[in-house]
Formats: sequence, structure tokens, C-alpha cells
Amino acid sequence: MSNSIREYGYNSKVEGEVIVSTADAVINWVRKNSVWPMPMGLACCAIELMAAGASRFDISRFGMEVMRFSPRQSDCMIVAGTVTYKMAAALRRIYDQMASPKWVVAMGACASTGGMYRSYAVLQGVDRIVPVDIYISGCPPRPEALLDGMICLQEKIASERSLKNLYKKENTSIK
Amino acid sequence: MKTSHFQTLKQQFNSITSRPSTDWEAVNVPSEYLVEFCMHLRSNFAFDMLVDLTAIDLGINESPRFVTIYHFFSSINHNYFRVACECTDTEPPTMISLTNIWPAANWHEREAYDMFGIKFQGHPDLSRILMWQGYPYYPLRKDFPLAGIETDLPGKDVVEETKAKVIPAPLDGGPFHGVQASTVKKREPKGYDESWSEQHPKPLS
Amino acid sequence: MQKQEKEISIADIPSKSSQYEHDECSESMTLNMGPSHPATHGVLRLKLDLEGDIVTSCEPVIGYLHRGDEKIAENMTYNQFVPYTDRLDYIAPLSNNVAYAITVEKLANLEVPPRCQAIRVIVCELARISSHLLGIGVYGMDAGAVTIFLYTFTQREKLYTLFEELTGARFTTSYTRIGGVARDIPEGWLRRVGDFLDQLPPIIDEVDTLLTRNKIFIERTQNIGIISKEDAIAYGLTGPNLRASGIDLDLRKNAPYSGYENYEFDVPIATLGDAYDRYLIRMEEMRQSIRILKQAIAKVPSGPWYAENAKKIFAPPKAKVMRKMEELIQNFMIVTEGPQMPPGEVYFEAENPKGALGFYILSKGGGVPYRLKIRGPSFCNLSILPKIVPGHMMSDIPIILGSLDFVMGECDR
Repeated sequence: MSNSIREYGYNSKVEGEVIVSTADAVINWVRKNSVWPMPMGLACCAIELMAAGASRFDISRFGMEVMRFSPRQSDCMIVAGTVTYKMAAALRRIYDQMASPKWVVAMGACASTGGMYRSYAVLQGVDRIVPVDIYISGCPPRPEALLDGMICLQEKIASERSLKNLYKKENTSIK
Repeated sequence: MKTSHFQTLKQQFNSITSRPSTDWEAVNVPSEYLVEFCMHLRSNFAFDMLVDLTAIDLGINESPRFVTIYHFFSSINHNYFRVACECTDTEPPTMISLTNIWPAANWHEREAYDMFGIKFQGHPDLSRILMWQGYPYYPLRKDFPLAGIETDLPGKDVVEETKAKVIPAPLDGGPFHGVQASTVKKREPKGYDESWSEQHPKPLS
Repeated sequence: MQKQEKEISIADIPSKSSQYEHDECSESMTLNMGPSHPATHGVLRLKLDLEGDIVTSCEPVIGYLHRGDEKIAENMTYNQFVPYTDRLDYIAPLSNNVAYAITVEKLANLEVPPRCQAIRVIVCELARISSHLLGIGVYGMDAGAVTIFLYTFTQREKLYTLFEELTGARFTTSYTRIGGVARDIPEGWLRRVGDFLDQLPPIIDEVDTLLTRNKIFIERTQNIGIISKEDAIAYGLTGPNLRASGIDLDLRKNAPYSGYENYEFDVPIATLGDAYDRYLIRMEEMRQSIRILKQAIAKVPSGPWYAENAKKIFAPPKAKVMRKMEELIQNFMIVTEGPQMPPGEVYFEAENPKGALGFYILSKGGGVPYRLKIRGPSFCNLSILPKIVPGHMMSDIPIILGSLDFVMGECDR
């Protein structure tokens, strides 16, 4: 029924009390179900991020309610809001402090491409300084859209070659 | 409804002129009398709050080029008063600072310096407030394009790692807006920036 | 031989620390509360000099959200700029839209019909409730009471549903146009607003019970961040921060706009000007907003919701544009060249939830302003930080910042 390109959870043979599975499946399953976001809440999208964390659009259903403001303790940086050139340096330094594996979600139009602010002071897309995994469009995106983006991130994590990447040298350049 | 203070003020300060305004009363004051005039407004007419301080760039060819506008509010009579004062016609333009009398002017004057390059004499710490220290241009001047001019990003370690720069924003030929002109053809919104975008960057002429 | 042991008591320790104070080695520490920090609401950077735990100097650095709104305004028509005004105070966007629309209408000397004014008042007061709910929720969270945040956000979600029904967007609504509003009130919306208002006071009372007499909250907020009357006027503070210091100034009562003179409400004033007073003022303002709203929704006048005689300013309804030549031409001119404004300059301040939001427009005619200055209340409210923070402890800083209730969107523009 399902082909072998995407393996969710334990793709396993259960014999007695022994579960046999691929290392990738287990590692990815653990990683994707407890993504701890670091909210880089800069502007209006931060309000929708807070609303996604509040009780109506509960983000803790996906294991992501642990919004740590410390980059050392988080997995995913959600850039929510307009990034100006003045803020860009601080943002890159915070990204560098995160421990890998790390992902970046550009939430909203301003973080993805500069949005409607085509001006002298706005960084035209946060992907100019950090590598972005998921782009969420909207101004601001509804919390449902943010949750959809986080589910896409979970699917992306599930399809990574984690075991191979464990021994690969960390590559921080963008293009 | 609105009482005019202009005649009383004119007797005290002879060199002020009335400024046409749509709503509140406005005067033009020469910069030598600015501090005295504003203190007179505060003590005699109860305009005790400085609510706004800004500047206008009248155009490259105008002389003087910059005018600072002050808005005063009376918390007792609940009306506003506008004061316009021309800056010196030098480069950089200068103006007297009102920070010693109204601490509210501190940040507003820093912003006017940041955006227009007007140096306020007597300001305790005139440095950039909205753009980063070391930004070489004054953004709100009329000869500065909306998209910006290419410079270096602040933060050397970040620049080394990412090779990012402050680039002109890709406006794709925009901003599109009309100007006040006589014929409809001239009033049509046109791209005032030459047509260029991210795929086809502006050719260096 | 007995060794003589000297007992060290607690009383010895202060003398030891006083020895350190005279020591030249004691130096102050510079701490950077960086732009990304959970307690600063938005991107504000504070450079602090600390002697132990006491702050000796505080220098705020702003500009991390400067997006160039004023330069953009010189290149946009008056109606095209409305989405940018949403994002100034992005917690109560509707009140920014109304303030901007009234400013431009003053430039054109345009009177909007009473129904439009009533809709604008309703929308402004709902935005005020929304902003204060978030302000108190986040303030409580900073002080340690995390549940308040979830309670107030539930109410804000109900408000968002109302806004979405009226304008099409949860927030960042871009609802007003020059000369009116974007669309009329839908069927039954006023009844739903009434239902929302009926179930809101018990929730405010619940937050009241949790916070107002809470010993921990009182200890954390009383006598913290006191702003004197003279300082408040000298630094240009407006809004709840000014009224907490004892100045009776509310632009809705003193310089009424958009029909506010038709509604009866009180303006809460406090005496001391500390963080606790600012919190109490916001709680009471929410109750007064409910009072205004109940009066407003009971007597919304019927009639047009836009200025019908504003031929060059407000686009005619689409049904007519699609069928008649004259309306088609008007629509074309307004969309391409913008609402035609006479030359002149105007300044108008509206009572926003955060303070007085002012717009100064210098127009040389045409559909695009020559200069537009936005006077953000948070810009002026934050300038008082170097004065009131020194002398407090570091853990008081989130309380002071939360009580000032600023937004970086309108501070940096």
C-alpha cells in the first residue's frame, strides 16, 4: 500500500517483545514528534504564533508547546515577522548558537521574501542569511497555516537520512 | 471655536509669519527665536506638551532645504499648535535642540538626524536611532531611493559567514505612483525606477 | 592546648561586604538584554549597567523593526497605505486604520455619515478591549502568573472571530477607506457583538480576582516604575501611562472625534503612577469600553456607510462600476491616481489603546502624500525608560516594560 520512500514511525517486524526497524525511522520519529521551537517573534506574526500556542489552536498537540527562548535548547527557529538589516546580525548569531539538528521555518510573507516592505531597511527574505526549510505564506498566516507548516516540517524530518548525516561535517554555508 | 493667538504672538515676536494650515494654527518662526518662542508658548498659552517633532525635505533645489515642524498640545485647553522652523542652508543642516526644555524632544531629534541628517545643536547624544550606527545615508531625503543603496551589513562575523549585503530592494520597476501634473498622461502611475528586478539587475552605468 | 575558635555569625557578613564596597575591585557590570528576549515585548534592546542587582543606567536601543513606513508612504496612494497602518500597532490594528482615515479626511475636509462614525467607534473599542486583554495577559505572564495569558487569549479568539466576520481577516484588517469603511456590517453581527460583551465581564472579574489582590503581584508591582506628573508631561507620555500618573487627559473626551461625544463613559485616573496603577487603569478601561460598546450597538444609525458626495475620494460600489460609465471612470481614477486631496498640512491624534497615535500629512495635491509622519505613542512612552529604570533591580525590568505596554511596530515604524 505505502511505498518505501516515506516510512512513518516504526516500520517494523514485531517478534515477541523485539521490534526491528531502521535506525532512520526511529531517530526521525523521535525528532519530529518533539520539535522544540525557538520563536523569533519580531512583529505581527508573533501574535499569531502566540495564538497558535494558546488554547484554541493548541500547538502542544504536536509536542511543540515548549517554546524556549534559549537557542541552545531548541530545535527549530520560527522566524515570525519582518527581519530588518539591523536585526539580521543578531538573528544569524542566534541561529549559530543552536545545536544541530536544527531547522528554520520562515513564517509569513516578511520572513519569506520581505513581504510588502520593499524598502531600504528590510532584509528581503530571511533565506539570505540562514538556510530555510519551510516557508509559510500569509500576512499573517492563520494559526492553522502555521500548524500545517509545522506538519510539513515533521514530514520533512521523517524523510531525512539522519544516520548518514550524523557523521557528516556540518555545512553552514547557504548557497 | 478656535481662538487665534497669532496677533498676540506677533506683537511679542515680530519676525514670525502665519503658515497656511488645514486644521490647527501654524506659524513660521526663524531659528534664532525658536527656543524663546516655544517657552513663551508654554508659559503664556499653556502649550505644555511637545507631541511631535519632525522635518520635511522640500527638495534638492529648494533653499532652505529642510524645515523642522513642531507640534505642541495644551493639556488644559486641548488644542494643538504647529511651529515650523527653517534649518540652516548648509550641509549638514543645523537647528537648535529643544532637549533641555522638553525631554520628549530627545528621541525625536535623534530620529530627525537619522532620517534627514539635521544636526541639532545642544543635543546631549546625537546618534542614529532607527538605522544602525555607521549607516552612511539619510533615508528620508528626497534624493535617496526607496529601494535603498547597496552598503555593508552591520556585524562583520555575520558578513564573513553568509556573504550577505544590504542590497537595494527588488522593486521590479516600481514604486508606481502618479504625480500632480496637468495632463492625464503625465498623471498616470509609472515606474520611476528603471525597469529591473532580481533576475535582471540594474545595469551599472 | 585549646584552640580558640572564633565563631562567625551572620552579623559579620555585612561588615565583610562593606569592606568590598570600599574595594576598588568592585565594578559595575554591563548587561545586554538583547533584541531577542522573552521579557521585552518585541525587539527592544536594553543596555544596562548593573551594580550587583541594582540598575544604575539603562539605555534602550530601538530600530530593530524599522521598516521604512514613512518613505513607503511617499510612494503609495492614500488607500494603498492602509495595510501599512495595520502593522503599526499590530495588536489593535483597527484603531490605527481609523486614526489614519480620520486624518486624511480632515485634509479633505470630508464629513463621514453617522453610520460610518458609529461603526468606527464600535471597531475602535473592540480593538481597545483586544489590546488591553493582551497587555494584561502578557503582563501577568511576565510577573509569573502564566494562566492569565491563556484566559485572555481565549477571549481574544472570540474577538478575532468577530473581526473576521466583519472585515475578512483576523487581525491586520485594513478595514477603513478614505471616506468610509470597506464594507457594511453583516447581518446579525451586532447581536453577536452583544453576546460577546455579555459574557466578557465575568472573565474580567475572574482576572481581577486572580491578580488585583494577589499578594505576590502587588509586591512585584507596587511602587515600581513610578512616573511623576511632571515627567509624564515633559516626556510626552499619552494614554493609560499618562492617566496613571494623575493627568486627566483622554482625547476621546477632551477632543472628541468620530462621534465619541454621543456616548457616556468615565475615564479612570490613578494617583501614584506606578506599575500597579497602570494595570488597574487598563482593567477599568476595558469595563468602560464595554459600556461604550453597549450604547453604540444599541443605536447604530441607518444610512450610508461611506461619504456619498466624495466623488474623487471614495470608490463607488462595484455594482454601479460594472454597469455605468461615470462610476467606471471614477473608479479608474481613484484606483490609479489615488483619492485626490487638496494641498495642505494636517495633524490629528487619536486615542489608541497604547496612547495617542498621531499622523502628520503634508500634501501638495494629488493622490500621494508629500510627507507623512507617524507619531507612535510607544516611541514616546519608551523614551522615559532611561529616567525611571535606574534604581530598580533587574527583576523589576520585565514588570516596568510590561506595565508601559508598548509595541515595537509603532515605535520603530
